[in-house]
Amino acid sequence: MLNFLLRRILTMVATALVLTFVVFWLTNLPPNLEKLAKSEGNARMTDAEVTSWLDRNGHAQPLLKRYGEWLGVAPGWTDERDGVTSGRCIARGTLPEDNPAFCGVLQGYWGQSTVFKAPVSEIIATRLGLTGILMFWVMVLMVPSALLIGILAGMREGSRLDRVLSTASITTTATPEYVSGVILIVVFSSSMVGLKWFKGTATSAMDGITFENFFLPVLTIALYGMGYIARMTRASMSEVMTAQYIRTARLKGASFGRVVVRHALRNALIAPFTVIMLQFPWLLNGVVIVETLFNFKGFGWTLVQAAGNNDIQLLLGCSVVAVVVVLVTQAMSDVGYVLLNPRIRVS
Amino acid sequence: MTDAQTPILEIENLSISFFTRSREIPAVMDFSCKVMPGEAMGLVGESGCGKSTVALGVMRDLGRNGRITGGSIRFKGRDITTMGERELRGLRGREIAMIYQEPMASLNPAMKVGAQLAEVPLIHEKIGKAEAWARARAIIEDVRLPDPDRILQAWPHQLSGGQQQRIVIAMALMSRPSLLILDEPTTALDVTVEAGIVDLVRDLAEKHGTSMLFISHNLGLVMDVCDRLCVMYSGEAVETGDVVEVFSEMRHPYTQALFRSIPLPGADKSARPLVAIPGNFPLPHERPPGCNFGPRCDYFVAGRCDAQEIPMLPAGGAPRHNSRCIRVDEIDWDAPPALAATAEPVPPGEVVIEASDLRKYYETAPGMFGGGTAKIVKANEQIDFSARAGETLAIVGESGCGKSTLAKVLMGLEVASAGTVTLNGDQIQQLPVEKRGPALISSLQMVFQNPFDTLNPSMSIGAQIIRALEIFQIGSSAADRHDRMLKLLDLVKLPREFATRKPRQLSGGQKQRVGIARAFAGEAKVVVADEPVSALDVSVQAAVTDLLMEIQRKNRTTLLFISHDLGIVRYLSDRVLVMYLGHVVEIGTTAEVFSPPFHPYTEALLSAVPVADPRVTRKRIVLQGDIPSAMNPPPGCPFQTRCRWKPLVPGNLCETVVPELRPIAGGHRVKCHLTDAQLATMEPVIEVAAE
Repeated sequence: MLNFLLRRILTMVATALVLTFVVFWLTNLPPNLEKLAKSEGNARMTDAEVTSWLDRNGHAQPLLKRYGEWLGVAPGWTDERDGVTSGRCIARGTLPEDNPAFCGVLQGYWGQSTVFKAPVSEIIATRLGLTGILMFWVMVLMVPSALLIGILAGMREGSRLDRVLSTASITTTATPEYVSGVILIVVFSSSMVGLKWFKGTATSAMDGITFENFFLPVLTIALYGMGYIARMTRASMSEVMTAQYIRTARLKGASFGRVVVRHALRNALIAPFTVIMLQFPWLLNGVVIVETLFNFKGFGWTLVQAAGNNDIQLLLGCSVVAVVVVLVTQAMSDVGYVLLNPRIRVS
Repeated sequence: MTDAQTPILEIENLSISFFTRSREIPAVMDFSCKVMPGEAMGLVGESGCGKSTVALGVMRDLGRNGRITGGSIRFKGRDITTMGERELRGLRGREIAMIYQEPMASLNPAMKVGAQLAEVPLIHEKIGKAEAWARARAIIEDVRLPDPDRILQAWPHQLSGGQQQRIVIAMALMSRPSLLILDEPTTALDVTVEAGIVDLVRDLAEKHGTSMLFISHNLGLVMDVCDRLCVMYSGEAVETGDVVEVFSEMRHPYTQALFRSIPLPGADKSARPLVAIPGNFPLPHERPPGCNFGPRCDYFVAGRCDAQEIPMLPAGGAPRHNSRCIRVDEIDWDAPPALAATAEPVPPGEVVIEASDLRKYYETAPGMFGGGTAKIVKANEQIDFSARAGETLAIVGESGCGKSTLAKVLMGLEVASAGTVTLNGDQIQQLPVEKRGPALISSLQMVFQNPFDTLNPSMSIGAQIIRALEIFQIGSSAADRHDRMLKLLDLVKLPREFATRKPRQLSGGQKQRVGIARAFAGEAKVVVADEPVSALDVSVQAAVTDLLMEIQRKNRTTLLFISHDLGIVRYLSDRVLVMYLGHVVEIGTTAEVFSPPFHPYTEALLSAVPVADPRVTRKRIVLQGDIPSAMNPPPGCPFQTRCRWKPLVPGNLCETVVPELRPIAGGHRVKCHLTDAQLATMEPVIEVAAE
């Protein structure tokens, strides 16, 4: 088991390196850097000035060197001009000797956001916290109801209950968040329908969550994933219900409820478990739209701001978080799969 | 308890149909049978004849599409067909229990064995969990499994096939049912394991006075286990009666034809060939009017057999012996079968293929970061044999003995670890199949076990055969190849129209014929047939076997016939090679191998095969335990862990030294430490009483 975990972690680190490198390369393409130079320096820079600005700020170095610096495995660039030494790791107004040679993600230095004028690590920590709360409630709502729907639909394949639940699942999962979100707002919080049960914005939820201000965003994200997980669970459940060991259980004299709960459930949950874990990265995706729609200033909203304003450091920070979330959930899904399925034992 | 005169199970005129969207498909029609207390009733027939449907009908578990459309099933006088769901649940598992064909699939993979066993009394009896587990432990001992405490805590996948089936049996017996339904309980198991299971079932049923409904396609097994039997054909019972009575005095043409198509001791491919049943099993919605067997029957009389529904009529002299044949009193049942065309035995020619000290080891990979050590699986050890032109060499052994690995090495799907394989003087053991030229590939071909999976479902039959011709680089033009393809269809006795058909339109036997046509497309010198008929129904097996041998005779092909079915091996092979755990333990002519002296494993293997002939007496030698894993073989002689002759060998010779494959007489060689004098004391396993 230890060996398995070790291997798992090593492959994860390797994947993380590759993925962050790709993002780094894409966000640091020359046009982006030119835009950065113009927004940081001044908008009417000549091409020669742009080049010299980039050179002064370490952006003219080879890509790998810059990636290494950002990661914190290569020493930060230094630039001596007019007797003043500036550099990646040298805070303005301090001497080079007082600063470390390396400053990258590994050292905890995530860079400075150009939009929010604050350290990236700080921004991400607060925003991720807010999104975490949103995700938590989404999971609380989505997973149990999806599993329940899937199991109810799958235990008697082709029954009326199955058809009703399956149609509902397909409908919700075929409706993107920006459609379902708008519909929900219109129906439950606008004066057009007049129900006005919930608030159409979640801005106030950042200070204190209430059912009224938080239910709609949670529901919007949950609905989409719910249909998907329910379909997976149903497929898995209906397959398990035709298995021979289910017949064995039935012919032991076990009641239908007992057959479903004691014999089918655990076997049927093995497949959807992976899907549920895959939903976490998907949620990040949905979060981008829903947070913008409901003006909930979490991770997704931050990502939109960073991308819209060419905030390279913040974008890179967001991508690191996304990569870590994907990899960690995948590892968890593998471990959970092993625990659920006794036939798979790590050797 | 019921008195001896009330039947445990009485089925009267039962009809079961399955309903699809378009039509009703009758699966069982007008089926009647009676099982008395303590009696074992055999239900025999080919796949699709409705025998399993009867069993599930008794359990009232026919799924959503199945329905009982007529008749009654009375269990201890109560009619099951009208019972409510609650009442049925009380019956299932408590009064009627079932044992299934595939033990692995029948056990819940995510539940410990103990929990699955204890569940039965927990459902049916008001007892505590501790008591239920104690009962489970006791029953594990009853089914003779070692170390019950470990097994209680084991997951199903941690047990071997034989152990799993014992657990399924234990589960069925947990609540002491009065009726046990066994649906092909040993079909998925090896013969030596099967013998143990059959013994166990018989002993336990006797001990508890349980009645049995035993479903099988294996006539020999039914004779071993049952008192009475019922032969089914296409949804109907065609003959029922006492087992010995029916086996010695068959009174239905189907029963008779079935017996003539299975290789019993005494059948011989040259002098007394098998008689195949012509035609195919009718599909449920294409049944002929009148007698279902009519179109395939030798005694068919138009205007009588197809004029009306045929009722069950009393047959023979014995009571309770009935036959669904309108001409039961007219047919001369003792007339010998019209002798099918016999053929002269083919004298073997020069040696075509030869293996010498062939070994194939697999290495299991260690962990990626060096965790764990590599293990070596010795799939083949010191294989020595040669086969001549026109000869059939059978390779016999149970699953895991290495016979399929041997086939793979011969075909070039694997390369040998050591030793040589010589084909027509060329060494080919290190040539993987992709490096073999078309001439070599076409001269060494294979017929596979499962005809259902080996044909491409989206290509027509003709195209697949033409593709083989292209690969073998035979034929000068497309027209020439098309012509050759039609001739190949003639060769395997398929109508030429089949060239344009897709595999799904063919029956299993027909598909296997296509497989044979493909193998012989390049006039193969050597054909490796890996269990070519074991996936087919009994009545089709004979026809496919005959075809294979006819082509062999014509082309003087060397046939390496891999099989676990000793009946068919005895019937068609010239020489036999017995394998156990990768070793050749005995090799010789068929007569030498099938009569003493034996290798102790061959002796046990022979005795484990049930023979469907009441005149045959058979010594029962039941091997203890399972076949050891090839990953962790026992030291010394591979068979020493299960050998009953081991005490006769002095010292610990068997445990330490691998015996030599030493000659006994002529080409007969045995890998055993027993002395010639000890081997000479062996008695024949099978004796046929004089007629």
